Amino acid sequence: MTNEVKISTKNVDVFYGDNHAIKDVSVDILKNTVTAFIGPSGCGKSTFLRCLNRMNDTIDSCKITGELLMDGEDIYAKSVDPVQLRAKVGMVFQKPNPFPKSIFDNVAYGPRIHGLVGNKTDLEEVVETSLRRAAIWNEVKDRLDAPGTSLSGGQQQRLCIARAIATAPEVLLMDEPASSLDPIATAQIEELIDELRNNYSVVIVTHSMQQAARVSQKTAFFHMGDMVEYGDTTAIFTNPVDQRTQDYITGRFG
Amino acid sequence: MLALTALLIVGLAIGFFILSRAKAISVSQGALANLHSRPSYHGTYVMLWVVIVGLALLLVLMLGGNAYLDAKFLGDIRAALPDARDIEIDLVLSDVKAIAAGLVSSRIDPLREATAIDFATADAVRIWATVAISLGGALLAGVLGMRQISAEWRARNRSERIIVGILWLSAAVAVLTTLGIVLSLIFETFNFFASIGWRVDKFLFGTRWSPLSGVQDGMMDMDKVGAVPLFAGTLMITGIAMLVAVPIGLFAAIYLSEFASPKVRLWAKPMLEILAGIPTVVYGFFAAITVAPFIRNAGEAIGLSVASESALAAGIVMGVMIIPFISSLSDDVINAVPQSLRDGSYGLGATKAETIRQVVLPAALPGIVSAILLGVSRAIGETMIVVMAAGQGANLTANPLEAVTTVTVQIVMLITGDTEASTAAGPAFTLAFTLFCITLALNIFALRFVRKYREKYD
Repeated sequence: MTNEVKISTKNVDVFYGDNHAIKDVSVDILKNTVTAFIGPSGCGKSTFLRCLNRMNDTIDSCKITGELLMDGEDIYAKSVDPVQLRAKVGMVFQKPNPFPKSIFDNVAYGPRIHGLVGNKTDLEEVVETSLRRAAIWNEVKDRLDAPGTSLSGGQQQRLCIARAIATAPEVLLMDEPASSLDPIATAQIEELIDELRNNYSVVIVTHSMQQAARVSQKTAFFHMGDMVEYGDTTAIFTNPVDQRTQDYITGRFG
Repeated sequence: MLALTALLIVGLAIGFFILSRAKAISVSQGALANLHSRPSYHGTYVMLWVVIVGLALLLVLMLGGNAYLDAKFLGDIRAALPDARDIEIDLVLSDVKAIAAGLVSSRIDPLREATAIDFATADAVRIWATVAISLGGALLAGVLGMRQISAEWRARNRSERIIVGILWLSAAVAVLTTLGIVLSLIFETFNFFASIGWRVDKFLFGTRWSPLSGVQDGMMDMDKVGAVPLFAGTLMITGIAMLVAVPIGLFAAIYLSEFASPKVRLWAKPMLEILAGIPTVVYGFFAAITVAPFIRNAGEAIGLSVASESALAAGIVMGVMIIPFISSLSDDVINAVPQSLRDGSYGLGATKAETIRQVVLPAALPGIVSAILLGVSRAIGETMIVVMAAGQGANLTANPLEAVTTVTVQIVMLITGDTEASTAAGPAFTLAFTLFCITLALNIFALRFVRKYREKYD
C-alpha cells in the first residue's frame, strides 16, 4: 500500500433527473490499493463507481458535478475522450457478461480494439497471461475456441476479469464481482483481487462486509447518497467513528 | 330461421348458466367453501353442454336434412321422367326449389308445380323439425346437466376438460388445413407428372415454359413445361429485393435501436410498420406506373435499353415492401441484446461503433438471419407486384433490365386464364408445390440456424 493518490474526487454530486443520488462525496483512490465501497442497497456506491470511468455518460438524465481527477487530470474535462479513459479504467460488472464470442476472442477484444499488440503471437501471449492472472487458464486452455457463454457462472466472471486485465488498465473497478458466485469461486476471485493490487488500483463495491474486510486496505461506507466514513479498513471495522457505520457493520440495519 | 335458432341456443345457454350458478349457490347452503367447484364453474359446465349439444344437432340436421330432401326429390323426379339425363333432373330440381321459394324458374310445367308444392311442405317440416329437435336437445342437455349439480360435483375439472377439447379442436383445424393443402398439392403434382410421362427432369431442368400451348389428349408437351425460367426469374427478383431490403432494413434497425432517441423511436417504428400494412396491390401499381417508367427513362438517358416491365423495377419495389419486416424484427432482436453486454464493451473502452459491430450484432445475428429469411420467404411468395411490374413472358435472362416472370405470376396466369381448370391446375399446382418445398426448406434452415447460434441470456 502506498499513499500515492491515483484518483482524487472532491465534492462530487450526482443527479438522476430530480433524484439526488450522490451528495457531496470526496474520496481518494490510492495506487496499488484495494478500496472497498460498502453500504446498504441504493446508497449510491455503484453510481459513484460508475462515475470513475464515466459509464454514467450513457444515461441521459444523469448529471455530475464536482471534481474528479485521475493523475491530476480532470476526468470530465471536455478534452477527455471517455473511450480512452475507459481503456485506462477497466470495469468488471456484477453479472458475468461474456460476449457472444470464443473465450480467446473475449479476452482479445480489448487488445484488438486498442491496437495494443502487433502480431498474433503477442496477442496469444497477452490472452494467456490475462487468463493465467485471472486464475482460469488451466480450466480453459484446451478450449479457447469454445464460446464464452458455455462456461459456468464463476468461470464466466473470471473470464470477464481476464478480459478487463488484458486491456492493461491502471485502475480496475469491480461492481459486486462475486455476488452471483458460490463460495469457492468467490474465494478464487478474492485471491485474484489481492494479487491484482500489485499492478493496479482496485475499487470494489460489495455487499459482503467480510469480503470488504478480507480484500481491501481502504473502505468507504456509503449511506443514502452520503459518504459517511472513509479510512483504513481495519479502523473502519474495529473502531468506526460514525454511529451509522457502527450500526451497519454490526448488522443493526442494512 | 336457422340462424335465429342458433341465437336461441346461445340465449338458452346463457340462461342455463345463470340458473346453474344460482342452483350451485343454493346447494352450498350459504357457505361457498362447501362446494367442490365455484358456482360459476357449475354454470360454465351446463352452458357448454347446452351450446355443444344444441349447435351440433342444428348442424347435423341442417346438412343431413338438405341431403335427404335432395335425394328424395331427385328420386321422385327420376320416377316421373324415366328417360331424362342426370343433368336435366338436376335442372328440374333446382326449378322446383325456385318455384317453392317463389323465385323465377327456367320453365313451369305441371310436374314442376306439383313437385314444388310437395317440396315446400317437406322443406317446412324439415326446418321446423330441425329447430324443434335442436332446441329440445339443448334444453334436455341443460336440464340433465343441472340435475348433476351437488356439492361434490366436479364441475370445474369437467368444464376445463371440455374447454381443453375446444382448444384442441381449434389447433386441429389449423393443422388439418395445412395437411389438406399439402396433400392436394401433392395429388395434383402427381397428375401433372403423369401427363408429361413422368419426365420430372423436363419440368425441373427444361428452359421453355408454355405448358398450355402443347396440350393434346390430356397430355402436355414435355418440351414446353420447363420451369427453369420461372425459378430463375423468382430468384433474380428475390435477389434484387433482398439487395434493397437487407442493408436498408438492417441500418434502419441499428439506427432505431442504438441511436434514435426514445421519442424518435416512438413514432418512427410504428411508421415503419405501417409500411408493412400497405396492401401489395398498391406497391404493384406503384411499381408499374411510377418506378418502371422511371427506370426505363433513366436507362435510356444513359443509353441502355430497358424493357417497360423489368425485373429491376419489381425487385426494387418488392425490396421496399420487405424493409419493414427486416427492420422491425431486427430492431426487436437488437433491443433484446442485454444492456450488460454493451456496458461490458464500453467498460473496456470500446467505442459505440466497435460495440455495435463486434458485440451487439453478433449477439443478435440469429434473430437477424431469421428476419432476413422471413423476408426472402415473403419475396418468393409475393405475386401482386411482379404481376404488375415484372412481365409475363417466360424469358430466361440474367439481365435485370428485361422483363422476366416468376413462379407466382405463372400460377396466376394459369388459374385466371381461359383454359379449363382441370388442364391448367396441373402445372399450377406443381409450381405451387415446388415453391412450397423451397419455402419450407428455407424455414427449416432458418430454424436450425437460429437454434444452433442462439445464445442464452438470462
